[in-house]
Amino acid sequence: MSKAVIAALVERFPDAVHAPYEGVGGDDCAFVERSRIVDVCRFLKEEPSLAFNMAPYITAVDYLGATPRFEVVYNLLSTVHNKRVRLRVKVPEGPEGVVPSVTGLWRGADWFERYCWDMYGIPFSGHPDMRRLLMYDEFEGHPLRKDYPLRGRQPLVVEREVHDIFRGPGPASRD
Amino acid sequence: MASELDGLPVIATRREEAEGFLQGLVSKSLGWARKYSLFTYPFVTACCGMEYMTMASARYDSDRFGAAMPRFSPRQADLLMVVGTVNCKQAPILQRIYEQMADPKWVMAFGVCASSGGFYDNYATVQGIDRIIPVDVYVPGCPPRPEQVLDGIMLLQKKIQNQSHKLIDRKPLPVIAGGPGR
Ligand code: SF4
Repeated sequence: MSKAVIAALVERFPDAVHAPYEGVGGDDCAFVERSRIVDVCRFLKEEPSLAFNMAPYITAVDYLGATPRFEVVYNLLSTVHNKRVRLRVKVPEGPEGVVPSVTGLWRGADWFERYCWDMYGIPFSGHPDMRRLLMYDEFEGHPLRKDYPLRGRQPLVVEREVHDIFRGPGPASRD
Repeated sequence: MASELDGLPVIATRREEAEGFLQGLVSKSLGWARKYSLFTYPFVTACCGMEYMTMASARYDSDRFGAAMPRFSPRQADLLMVVGTVNCKQAPILQRIYEQMADPKWVMAFGVCASSGGFYDNYATVQGIDRIIPVDVYVPGCPPRPEQVLDGIMLLQKKIQNQSHKLIDRKPLPVIAGGPGR
């Protein structure tokens, strides 16, 4: 059945879906053109023989040093046919790397896309509420990018001096 | 010359002596009263909260130490228990809650996360709440055993007993820290 999913996709979108392969755990994976992702997802959702009615997880990966640098990964689930499929979209860095939002198809994609913006700085177009999800508004940068310093803390309040406790090489001297 | 004077016994007048004696009595009885009526404010943010529940409920029963009454308003509490990880986004909230508590107030850091940041040495976590507010007792452990917490409460009680409690304290209140938006 899941072979049929990818076959149907490639047949329907020969120019947008390419390089299908079987991923870890037997899920079917494929790369999708960034501009066509909404069309592909709408087809997957609305075609009755596929019926991918759920997007359980959408996340991003930072391949630092590669071009294009980022990848947005869509994990889709069909609760009707009990099938999963994984779509990968390559995204270049910077403002030109805008990904069309799929919140119009799955309402639950809202927070996942905000998460991708918060942690990786990938903008989504057509999203109803494009804000940070976890970090505070004053935070600068995107902490899960591989070039963000691990201890790059941006405290909101002025921290006290602690005199009587030995802390070893503390964060103040490390960061 | 100064060294000559240093060796002399301190001469106190009878009035000072009497005042000191009275103050000692007051301190002792106030300390005794305060150490057995700790009203806690649990600032529970993470997994240590499960251990807090164990410590507060029947088996370990922090009520035996007079510290069982959680008040969910900082204005009614005098022991702030910071239970769990405090991240940078929460730091202003924690500081505000500490400032809302009425004097006298004490703070317990419950678990390694609150004490030192623990293993969350990353972009998000405050490396110990003592960087934001003053702390009286640190209870290590991830999460600490309830016995450790009870030991921490007993240490705090000892500290409260030995503090000098004034009837009227005219010292200006310390300002903890200024920050953006203050
Ligand atoms: S010390 Fe351990 S149990 Fe407690 S909040 Fe931190 S990680 Fe959780």
